[in-house]
Amino acid sequence: MSAHSPIDQIEQPDSFAFDAESEEQIAAILAKYPPERKASGTLPLLYVVQKQMGRQTGSAWVPRVAMDEIARRLEVAPIRVYEVATFYLMFNTKPIGRYHLQVCTTTSCWLRGSDDVVAACKKATGISGFGQSSADGLFTLTEVECLGACANAPILQVDDDFYEDLDGPRTIELIEALRRGERPAPGPTIDRVGSAPAGGRKTLADSPADQG
Amino acid sequence: MVKVTVDGIVVDVPNGSSALQACEAAGKEIPRFCFHERLSVAGNCRMCLVQVVRAPKPVASCGFPVAEGMEILTDTEIVRKARRAVMEFLLINHPLDCPICDQGGECDLQDQAFGYGADHSRYQEAKRAVKDKYLGPLVKTVMTRCIQCTRCIRFATEIAGVPELGAVSRGENMEVTNYVEKALTSELSGNLIDICPVGALTSKPYAFTARPWELKRTDSIDVSDAVGTNISLQVRGSAVLRAVPRVNDAVNEEWLADKGRFSVDGLKHRRLDRPWVRVHGKLQAVSWQDAFVAIGRRLDGVPGDRIGAIAGDLCDAESMLALKDLMVALGSPNIDCRQDGADYDLSQRAYYTFGTTIAGIEDADALLVVGSIPRQEAPVLNARIRKRFLAAGRGGFPIGLIGTPTADPTYSADVLGEGPDVLAALRDGTHPFAATLKAAKKPMIIVGHGALTRPDARAILASAWALAVETGAIGAGWNGFNVLHRAASRVAGLDLGLVPGKGGRSAAGMMSGGVDVLWLLGADEFHTAQIGPKTFVIYQGHHGDAAAARADVILPGAAYAEKSGTYVNTEGRVQRSFRAVMPPGDAREDWRILRAFSEVVGHTLPYDTVEVLRERLATVNPVFRVIGGLDAVDAAALPGPSDGGAVLPAPFRPVFDDYYQTDPICRASPTMGECSRIYVHPRTVAAE
Ligand code: SF4
Ligand code: FES
Ligand code: FES
Repeated sequence: MSAHSPIDQIEQPDSFAFDAESEEQIAAILAKYPPERKASGTLPLLYVVQKQMGRQTGSAWVPRVAMDEIARRLEVAPIRVYEVATFYLMFNTKPIGRYHLQVCTTTSCWLRGSDDVVAACKKATGISGFGQSSADGLFTLTEVECLGACANAPILQVDDDFYEDLDGPRTIELIEALRRGERPAPGPTIDRVGSAPAGGRKTLADSPADQG
Repeated sequence: MVKVTVDGIVVDVPNGSSALQACEAAGKEIPRFCFHERLSVAGNCRMCLVQVVRAPKPVASCGFPVAEGMEILTDTEIVRKARRAVMEFLLINHPLDCPICDQGGECDLQDQAFGYGADHSRYQEAKRAVKDKYLGPLVKTVMTRCIQCTRCIRFATEIAGVPELGAVSRGENMEVTNYVEKALTSELSGNLIDICPVGALTSKPYAFTARPWELKRTDSIDVSDAVGTNISLQVRGSAVLRAVPRVNDAVNEEWLADKGRFSVDGLKHRRLDRPWVRVHGKLQAVSWQDAFVAIGRRLDGVPGDRIGAIAGDLCDAESMLALKDLMVALGSPNIDCRQDGADYDLSQRAYYTFGTTIAGIEDADALLVVGSIPRQEAPVLNARIRKRFLAAGRGGFPIGLIGTPTADPTYSADVLGEGPDVLAALRDGTHPFAATLKAAKKPMIIVGHGALTRPDARAILASAWALAVETGAIGAGWNGFNVLHRAASRVAGLDLGLVPGKGGRSAAGMMSGGVDVLWLLGADEFHTAQIGPKTFVIYQGHHGDAAAARADVILPGAAYAEKSGTYVNTEGRVQRSFRAVMPPGDAREDWRILRAFSEVVGHTLPYDTVEVLRERLATVNPVFRVIGGLDAVDAAALPGPSDGGAVLPAPFRPVFDDYYQTDPICRASPTMGECSRIYVHPRTVAAE
C-alpha cells in the first residue's frame, strides 16, 4: 500500500561516495547556507545524489547509504534525511529505468487526452501499470499530479524535460527516439512556440514590437 | 499574566500560554492526542479544538496562544461537532481492534471515542494497513493503530536524544518508522509505550498479559539505579506484571529507565524461597530455625572482629540499619555498604550527595562530569541534563567530560581527557574549559563512581570540591557539587554509617580470610572467589546469584517489591516504597530476619514493628524524618572534603560495561538478558 516499499525489500548498494562533479556542486550548494543551518542543504544534496546515480548507473535513484552520507555531511540524524527523501515524490527511493516517464493525469491534462498518452507509454514500453519498469530496464512509468504546464496539456515529463501538447502517436514516436538514444528537444510537440497559439500569433499581429 | 475567560470562568495565565493551558487552569478538560506537556507542540491531531469568540472557525487550543481578554468556549455545539468530525477521521484508518489490543482500558483514543465517537462508521472503503516496525526487544509495534500524532518521534528526538524515529512518505502513505529495521538505542525506550496515546506502541514483554482493570497498583521506588524514580508496581495475584513511572517533577518527571521498567520479570526467576544450609559441601533445604541455629553455632566463640557484613546495592535502609545494629551487638566493627570499593568523605552529607538536585540541573549553565557516564548510570537524570542542554540553546550549556564515554551522551559534550590530570589542569587554569566554568554563573560538577571507586577517590573528591569552590560552583545560594551514585542503597548506607568502625575492615579487607564469618545482605557485585576459602558465608537476599552459590547458609529475603522500604536517592532524598506482593515461599522481610536471628544469639534488636525501626532510623540520622523532601545545604560554609593524598594517573574506567546486567534482579530477568544480547553483545547474535 505504501508508496515507498519497505527499505528491506530493495536491494541497496553497500556504499556510496560523491564523485568529483558532485563534490563541486555540493561545495556551491553549502556555500549558500550558514554553517549551523547546513541542514537546509538536504533537498539539493538529494538531487545531487540522484543525478550522480543516474550518471554512474543509468538509474537515477537515492539509495539509503547515500542518505546516510548526506546525514553525515550535514550533521543531522539519518532519519531526518529519510523523511525528506520519502516525502518528495521527485526522489526515487528505489531503482528506476534510464528514462523516467512521468505522465500528468490531473484535470487539464486528462481533459486534453492524457489517457492516450498513458496508453501510448504502456504500448511503447510494454509496461502494464504505474510504478513499474519496462523489461529492458530502460523506462519507468509514473503518474504525477499537475506539473504546472496546463496550457500545454497533456504533458509527459521525461526525467527533467517537459514534452508538451502530446497525443498517442507523438508519444510513441518520442519513446522510440529515446530508445534509439536520442533526446528530442523538449517543449511543444506541435507547431507552437511555448504557450503561444498553434500556427502562429492570432492577436496583436500588428503590434509595434513586431514591426520594430 | 493575561486574563482569559473560559466558559465564563476568568483565569489569569502567564503570557505565551496556550489556550489549552488556559482551559486547564479553568478546570476544563480538553481532549488531546498529539499534545504532551513535556514535548514540543505539534498541533496535528486537531482533537483539542475549542471555540474562540470572534474567531471564524474552531482553533486547535494546544498551539493557539492566549491574548488579553480572549474568550474561549469549550463546550458548545460547534466544538462538539468539530471534535466528533475529527474523531471520525481518526477512526477511518484505525483498525478498531480493541479486543486484541494491549492498550485497551488505558487508551486515549478509546476514552475519547466514548465521548466523541459515532455509534457506527460511515466509511465503506478499504482501510489502510501499515507494516509493523521492529524497534527492539522492548517496544512492540502495531502500526496500523498509529494515529500519527508524532509523540514518539518527538520523545525520541527531544527527551531521549536518539533521533531514530521519523515519519516517512506523506499523506495517506505516511508511516511512523525508524526506516532501518534496527533496535532503538535508548535506555528510555519504554517511555514510548506510555507516551503513545493508542496501542501502536506497547510493551513487548507484557504483551497479552493483563488488562489494566485487573491490576492492583502499589507505589514504589525503582532500585535499579540511584535516581529514586517513583514507580507504580502493577500486580495481579502474586505477580508483579509491570512497573510504570509515577509523576514526580523533582525526581523523574514522568520517565522511567528501561532497566527499572523491564527487569520486573526478574522477580519471578531464580528466587531464594527457603533457607538453605551447606552440609558436607552440599546445600540442603532447612527450616528457619535450623538455619539460625547453624549460624549461631558457627558464631559461637568467634570474636567480634572476625565477623563482617557487607550490604548490597538494592537494600532498604531498614534492613541495613538492622544489619548494623546486629554487627554492633556482636561486637564487630567490620561493616560496609560499598562492595564496589568506593570511598567518600562522610563528615558532611554534601560530600557524597547530588547537591544541585536533579531539578536544579535546569538552573545550571555549565557542567563538568568526572568519571561518570550518566546516560548509563542514571538514564533519567541524563534526560534532565539533555533537557537543560536543549533549553539553554546553542552554546548555552557547555559540557565537559573527563573519562571515556562509551556511548553518545545524547548532548554535545567535549571530552576533555581521560584521567585526573585534566582535573589538575582545570584547577591551575591551563585547560581552556576552566575559563568556561569560571565564566558560568551556576556551573556544576558531577563526580561519578568511575572516579570514586579508585584508590585515589578521596584525592579526586577533594580536588573536585576545590575546583568547584574555585570556579564558583559552590557559592552563595548555589551548590554545584554533585556525587552521582549508581546503587540505590548507597546514600542510605552512608547516612546510617554502614562503613567500618574503629579498627574495622572494609569490604575489601573482609575478603581473603579477613573475617571468619561474613554476612552478605544482598551483596553480589564482586568476585566471590575473593572470599577466603575458610570464611563462613551467610547470604541473605532474594536471588540465587553469584554470592548465594558461595554461601554456607542462605536466608531468603524480600526483593524491593515485596517489602515496604526506605530508600535515599543520589540527591539525599528519602523516599518510601510499599509492599506490592508477598515474598515467595518462606522468604521474609529482611529486617525481620535480622531481628529474629538477633534473638537466637541473645542480642535481641529493640524493634518489633517497622514503625519502631523507622523511629530508630530517624534517631540514628534525622534526615530520615523528612520523606520526599530535601533540606537546602549551605555548601559554601563547609571546609571541603579532607584530602586523601596523591592522585593516580590512570584513566577513568566506566563502572560497568553492560547496563542491562548490573544487579541480581536484572540478571535473573529474561527481558534484560535479551536486551544485553541485542544491545551489548550484538556480534554473538549475528553469529548465530
Ligand atoms: S506510534 Fe503512537 S506515539 Fe507514535 S505517532 Fe503513532 S500514535 Fe503517535
Ligand atoms: S494538469 Fe497536467 S500540467 Fe496541469
Ligand atoms: S492536541 Fe492540539 S492538535 Fe493535537
